[in-house]
Amino acid sequence: MTALLDVRHLAVSLPGAGGQVLPVIHDATLQVSRGEIVGIAGESGSGKSMTAQALLGLLPERAQVSGSAVLDGNTELVGRSGRAWRTVRGTRIAMVFQDATAALHPMLTVGRQLTEHMREHLGLDRRAAEARALDLLDRVRIPGGRGALRSYPHQLSGGMRQRVAIASALACEPELLIADEPTTALDVTVQAGILELFDELRRESGLSVLFITHDLGVLAALTVRAYVFYAGRVMESGPTGELLLRPRHPYTAALLHARPHADDSWTLPEDGVTRPDEAAERRTQPLVTIPGSAVSPAAAPPGCPFAPRCAYAEAACTGELPPVTEVRPGHAVACRVLPDLTEVPA
Amino acid sequence: MTGPRIDLTPSESGDPVTTGTVPPAPGGDPRTQRLLERRRWAGRLRVRSVSSTWRQPSVVFALILLGVWMLAAALAPVVAPFDPVTQSANLYASPSAEHWFGTDELGRDVFSRVVHGARLSLPVAVIIVGVALAIGAVLGLLAGYLGRAADEVIMRVTDLVFAFPQIILAMAVAAAFGPSTRNAVLALIIVSWPTYARVIRSSVLSVRGADYLAASRLLGVGPVMALRRDVVPNAVGPAVVLATLELGNAVLMLAALSFLGLGPRPPAPEWGAMIAAGSRDLSMWWVSVFPGLAILTVVLAFNILGDALRDRLDPRYAKGLS
Amino acid sequence: MSALTVDDAAVEYSSRGRGTVRAVDGVSLEVARGQIVGLVGESGCGKSSLARAVAGLEPVASGQVLIDGRPVSPLGWRRRTGQDVRLQMVFQNPYASLNPRRTVGSQVADGLPEGRSSAVRHAEVSRLLDLVGMPADAAARYPHQFSGGQRQRIAIARALAPEPEVLIADEPVTALDASSQAQIVNLLVSLVAELSVGVLFISHDLALVREIADITAVMYLGRIVEMGPTQQVWGAPRHPYTRALIDALPRITEAPRLPVPLRGEVPDAAHVPTGCRFRPRCPVAMDVCTEQPPIITLGPAMAECWLAESARDDDRPSDKH
Repeated sequence: MTALLDVRHLAVSLPGAGGQVLPVIHDATLQVSRGEIVGIAGESGSGKSMTAQALLGLLPERAQVSGSAVLDGNTELVGRSGRAWRTVRGTRIAMVFQDATAALHPMLTVGRQLTEHMREHLGLDRRAAEARALDLLDRVRIPGGRGALRSYPHQLSGGMRQRVAIASALACEPELLIADEPTTALDVTVQAGILELFDELRRESGLSVLFITHDLGVLAALTVRAYVFYAGRVMESGPTGELLLRPRHPYTAALLHARPHADDSWTLPEDGVTRPDEAAERRTQPLVTIPGSAVSPAAAPPGCPFAPRCAYAEAACTGELPPVTEVRPGHAVACRVLPDLTEVPA
Repeated sequence: MTGPRIDLTPSESGDPVTTGTVPPAPGGDPRTQRLLERRRWAGRLRVRSVSSTWRQPSVVFALILLGVWMLAAALAPVVAPFDPVTQSANLYASPSAEHWFGTDELGRDVFSRVVHGARLSLPVAVIIVGVALAIGAVLGLLAGYLGRAADEVIMRVTDLVFAFPQIILAMAVAAAFGPSTRNAVLALIIVSWPTYARVIRSSVLSVRGADYLAASRLLGVGPVMALRRDVVPNAVGPAVVLATLELGNAVLMLAALSFLGLGPRPPAPEWGAMIAAGSRDLSMWWVSVFPGLAILTVVLAFNILGDALRDRLDPRYAKGLS
Repeated sequence: MSALTVDDAAVEYSSRGRGTVRAVDGVSLEVARGQIVGLVGESGCGKSSLARAVAGLEPVASGQVLIDGRPVSPLGWRRRTGQDVRLQMVFQNPYASLNPRRTVGSQVADGLPEGRSSAVRHAEVSRLLDLVGMPADAAARYPHQFSGGQRQRIAIARALAPEPEVLIADEPVTALDASSQAQIVNLLVSLVAELSVGVLFISHDLALVREIADITAVMYLGRIVEMGPTQQVWGAPRHPYTRALIDALPRITEAPRLPVPLRGEVPDAAHVPTGCRFRPRCPVAMDVCTEQPPIITLGPAMAECWLAESARDDDRPSDKH
């Protein structure tokens, strides 16, 4: 069976100031199967959002794209003209953004935003569109039925707005949903609701999602497989649980160590009460930092882009690109050294 | 982009001035320090506004244009072949080798009058804008920084001025004072300061909510010191840009008042008055067209510079610089 | 004795159309020197209003803020002196908290005590910059020449200049990228140990607070609903809201598990529910919850819930799943 989305050796460059060409993605290969939520993780500037834009034809006009991205085994996305994108974007591939406020028109009711979209793309009449809009609100768990259709975006909370944005993305029954940091602007309790919604949509209607996030916790909770991007390259990919619990790439490991450890459990004294003096044993360096700062794909050194910051780098790492090794079935690592990462570097 | 930074000489020379609050060893008194601060500030403004902006062709054009006009104003007695007010029997002579721009209804040389007009219009425009900016800046700062009653009073006064179309009010004031250059200037200052007050007030309000001001005050910086160091430097940018744009407007308004007989009294060579004189019979086109071109070029030059300055001082652009 | 004491503080805003809104409604907490108190809560819970009021940037409507037992006067037209400057603040956005038109050195020197020679001040600025891991020559440069993480270091150096007893850090790493976040957090924690300064660390990031705070206070709709030693608050939360926050955190676990959402929405602070303010969203609300819940103390911890007492018996550490 072929993947729903099959991206191979995708590379994107943008025109920079003074006529130079700035690469933003080098050689990205990734797959999304039907009914799968697949994650892309990385820091800002790693190329994760650019990947989404390339798959939606939202790159600037003069961007150079090479490689291939095939949707459903029959539709090549790379090299599409502006007009040709219209048969794909919004209908076969839809998108949910971080900022739902910006994605919704502030002066139109929720009902208008949902129905107008459907009437244009699906050719429904007013009544059919409204019935469908109500159905969509139900699917994204917005209570209130017709009343909700009459509300304006500013009357809704951030979480509700994001649900409306998701409903709008689902209006044309897309085969693939690309979600770019859709929960980053939300509080954790609201985020949990949105993550649950994505999972329900996947289970109920077999929705396929490419989920972009910088939060490894979100990645772990929602996605089945994930790709870790750094400087426009895929550093490591594999089943999410394995990737995050037994990372083989030093960069993935470093990201994991730099985040606060909400995961492990704490032991409590018998009576469940601690004294402040007992709790005072705090590490002076609670988080493991990555030396230096993230490089942009354009400024990345030759060879492994992470090599200058990597605790395990060897001389060969800076010379040429690392080979991609499949350490276990489906778990691929772009690292020459493949160090033992069970020990946290000092 | 090293250009703009090199001029921050105090920081490059490695002397103790680098920390900004520390005066150099000999001039330890606050006045020297103030002077240094001011010089550094002015230096930065000058450098930021000119160094990388001047390469744009439109800005080069505007600078050349203004340079020519300033030279003309400074050297008017040398440049002008005739006295601007001396009449002759040669009425309405069309442009010729002797009278480049022709002569007017009293036989005066139009070219000499246009050149001498720059001597009048440019300094007057600078005075109008300078004084109006100063008044507006002080009142705008007070309104924005003190808030409450001071803000209410000052803003209601500006509303009063804004209630009338600027030029109508200027005409009324100038008419009430009687036609003269001084009164026209006064009238134009009276109608234009509220704009600066408003602009400065709004930028002060945005700075007043800024975290860096809060941080300064929490560290024990007094309100007056904070006003000087944190508020003023971050609030005057838009008003300076506005002032540059308004220089052109001041030239125009002065010409308008003169056109209506409310400005400098005849026979003073004022561009607006010259246009008015020529407009009686447009078949003698040169009498009004050349002063009109003078106004056009000056206003255009100021507008281009004002726009460039705005682009330059725009915080988004400044961020890109780093 | 605690360096910072906040006693029953309230912060009010009056806005047209909504009347007076109590953003903070009776908050008490203490921060000792060398201690990190983490204040967590979601957007709109009043944590930033509390931070600004404690720092003196907003007046408190009632209650008191004491530093070393003496009341802190809110910022007015007077210069802050003496005791007041020993309470400093680190702001969320390092791009907005440094004056773009003044050198770093001049801004750091703002907080130095007066009446020292220029050479001494110069040396002090270098020392402070060094303390936060910045080179001394940063003093001569302008903020726009530095990255977000570096700017936050500078802002911390500036806040340390008057030798504060307590720092209020309002979401100090939220605006930074992942690498800088970890560095700034580590810096703050090491400064607490080195300088024995107290920190009121305000954050929406529970995991981060758990990592660094000695005491965790959980705020909901203007009140602290639970507070105690971090280990205890996390290990055995007494308040249903704390539990909900912990359960909503996405985690990395062997078997993928979705975080648990909290139903409902945070009510408008202008229309606070009667009784327990968490009642409309609380999964275990009872009839009695329409009355103001008691504050139950358990050793060094407190929780404002009718069930807090019984929660002790039905011990339900959140990490048992």
